[in-house]
Amino acid sequence: MTSNPVLSVDMLSLEFRTSGQCVHALDKVSFSLARGETLSLVGESGCGKSVTAMAIMGLLPKNSARVTSGSIRLDGTNLIGLSERQMQTIRGNRIGMVFQDPMTSLNPVHTIGMQIAEAVRRHKHVSKKDAWARARQMLERVRIPDAANRLLAYPHELSGGQRQRVMIAIALACDPELLIADEPTTALDVTVQAQILELIGELKTELGMSVLLITHDLGVVAASADRMMVMYAGRIVEEGPVERVFARPSHGYTAGLLRSLPGHGAQRRGLLAEIGGTVPRLDKLVEGCVYAPRCAFAAGPCTAALPPPRQIEAGHRSACIRHEAVFGAMADNDIVRSWA
Amino acid sequence: MSFTGTTRTTPSTLSRWLGYARSNPATVFCAGVLVIFLLIALFAPLLAGDPLKIDPAQRLRPPSDSAIWGRDHLGRDVFARAIYGTRVSMLVGFSVAILVTVLGVAIGIYAGLSTIGGAIVMRLADALMAIPAVLLAIAFASLMNAGLLTVIIAITIPEIPRMVRLVRSVVLGVRQQLHVTAAISIGTSGLALVWRHILPNTLGPVLVQATYACASAIIASAVLSFLGVGLSPEVPSWGGMMADARQQFRIHPVLMLYPGVLLSLLVLAVNILGDRLSDALDPRKARRSGL
Repeated sequence: MTSNPVLSVDMLSLEFRTSGQCVHALDKVSFSLARGETLSLVGESGCGKSVTAMAIMGLLPKNSARVTSGSIRLDGTNLIGLSERQMQTIRGNRIGMVFQDPMTSLNPVHTIGMQIAEAVRRHKHVSKKDAWARARQMLERVRIPDAANRLLAYPHELSGGQRQRVMIAIALACDPELLIADEPTTALDVTVQAQILELIGELKTELGMSVLLITHDLGVVAASADRMMVMYAGRIVEEGPVERVFARPSHGYTAGLLRSLPGHGAQRRGLLAEIGGTVPRLDKLVEGCVYAPRCAFAAGPCTAALPPPRQIEAGHRSACIRHEAVFGAMADNDIVRSWA
Repeated sequence: MSFTGTTRTTPSTLSRWLGYARSNPATVFCAGVLVIFLLIALFAPLLAGDPLKIDPAQRLRPPSDSAIWGRDHLGRDVFARAIYGTRVSMLVGFSVAILVTVLGVAIGIYAGLSTIGGAIVMRLADALMAIPAVLLAIAFASLMNAGLLTVIIAITIPEIPRMVRLVRSVVLGVRQQLHVTAAISIGTSGLALVWRHILPNTLGPVLVQATYACASAIIASAVLSFLGVGLSPEVPSWGGMMADARQQFRIHPVLMLYPGVLLSLLVLAVNILGDRLSDALDPRKARRSGL
C-alpha cells in the first residue's frame, strides 16, 4: 500500500431496510487500493462482495440501502456525500464496472459500437465520429478481431467471451482509474475465463489502472490478484498479499475455503471437505466472531467479543483469535504447501 | 480468441425482401390488404360516385351499372358509401393507435419509474378499465360535439389504460435488467437512460398493443356509428351502413354483408400484421426470419 491510494474505504457500514426488517449488509469494512494494484474480494454468495462494489458505484437502491457510517474515497474525494449528478460524472469516467453476466449486461437493441461510443460521449465532449473511432480503438484493445465490422454487430451476434470483452471496452472507454470487475468470469467457459483474466491483467498494465476483482473463485484470485480480502457476512475477516494468505491462512473461514478445494497428490482422492451450516441471517448484529458457529476451530472466547483484526505478518491481517491453531491445522494442506 | 468474425454476405435488398415474402405469405397478404385499404381511403373520390346523394326513386335497387353494389333505403350508392366509409375507419384506427401509443408510452414509462406517481396512475387506470370501453366512449362522445375528432378522443381515452399497464409492466422488468444497471454504471442518466435504454426495449410489445388498439378502434368506431353516437348519420361509415341495413336485413342481407366483410378484413389484416411486426422488430427473431 502506498501513501496515496486510488480508492480507500474506511469503516463502511451499510444496511438494507425493507418493511420492518433491517439487514446489516456491510459491517465496518475498511480497505484501500493502490494505483496499479489488483485487489481481490473473495467470499461466498451473500457475504457482501457485490454490495461493496455497488456501494462504491452508488448503484444501490436509494430507498432501501443506507450507509450508516464510514467513507468511500476516490483519490481523496468522499463518494458518499455526493449528489446523483456528481456521481454520474464519476461512473464510467473515473470508475468502470464489468458485471457478472455478459449475456444480459449489454443492451440488446443497440449495436456494440453505439454502446461503446455512448460511454465515450457521456463523459468526453467529442464528436460522434471521434467517439466511433474511439470505440473501434477500444474493440481492438480488447482483442476483438475485425473491429471495424464488429462495431455494427448486435450483442446477440457475439459469443459470451466476446460480449465480456465488449463490456470491458465500454468500462474502459474513458480511461478510468479504477475498474470494478464483479465476478467477470463466473458466467464464462473455463478456457474463456483465463483469456478474460489475462486481458484484464494486460489492460491494467497498459492503462495503469487499479482493479477491484470480485470473485468466489480462489483459482481466479491466485491467477490474477496482488492482494486479497476474504469477506464473510459483511465483514472482512482476512486480508493480505495473495501468496501470504495462501501460504499462511489465518482465519477459520479462509481455511474452510481452502480445504474445500481439490488438492493435488494424495489429497486429491477422497471427499472434498465442506463448510457445515449456512451463512447467518444478517438482521441481528452478532457479538463475537460471525463465523464462529460454523468454524472448526472455534473456542469459548470466539463468541464472547468481536475479535479485532490482528497483524499476522507485514500487510497480512486476520480477525481470528485462533489463527495459530488454524495455520497449524492447515500446514499440511496441498495448496498451502504449494504456496509456502 | 479463435473466433474470427464471419464475413456477412449482404444480399441485395430486393432479394432479401423477396425471400422474406416467400417464407411469410400471410404477412405479405395482410400488408397487401392494408395497402389496398389505404389506397381506397386516399383515392375514394376517383373510385366511386357521390355517397351522399339521396334518390328515393331508386331505393333498395339491386346492383346495376350506376351502383354496382345496389342502393340503400334512401337510394344512396352502397358501393360509394362503403368506399368512403373506409376513410372513417382508417382515420379513426390510425389516429387512435398513434395517440394511444404516444400518450400511453409517456404515462406508462412515468408510472414504471416513479413509485408514488406510478401507484396513483395505476389506480386511475384501474378505475377507467372498470368501465366497459364502449360505454365510456359513448359517454365521452355524448359530452362533446359530433364529429370525427370527438370519435377519436372518445375511443382513445378508454384505450390508454391498457397501453399504460403494458408499458409499465415492461418498464418494471427492463429497469431491473443488468444492461440498464450497466448503462447507469457508465454515467447514463435521466432522459438519455429512458430514451436509449428503456424505451427501445419496450417497443416490441408496444407496437403489438398499438396494432390491437388500431384494430379495436376500428371496431369501436363502427360500434359508435352503429349506435348513432359521435358521427352524424349522413357521414358514410361502415357502422352507420350496418345500422341502416339492419331494418332491411330480412329482405336485403347483402347490404349488411358489404360493410361487415370489409370491416372484418381490415381488422384481421391489422391484427395479423401486428403479430408479425413484433417478431420482425425483435432483433433476435429478425435475423432468423432473414429481414
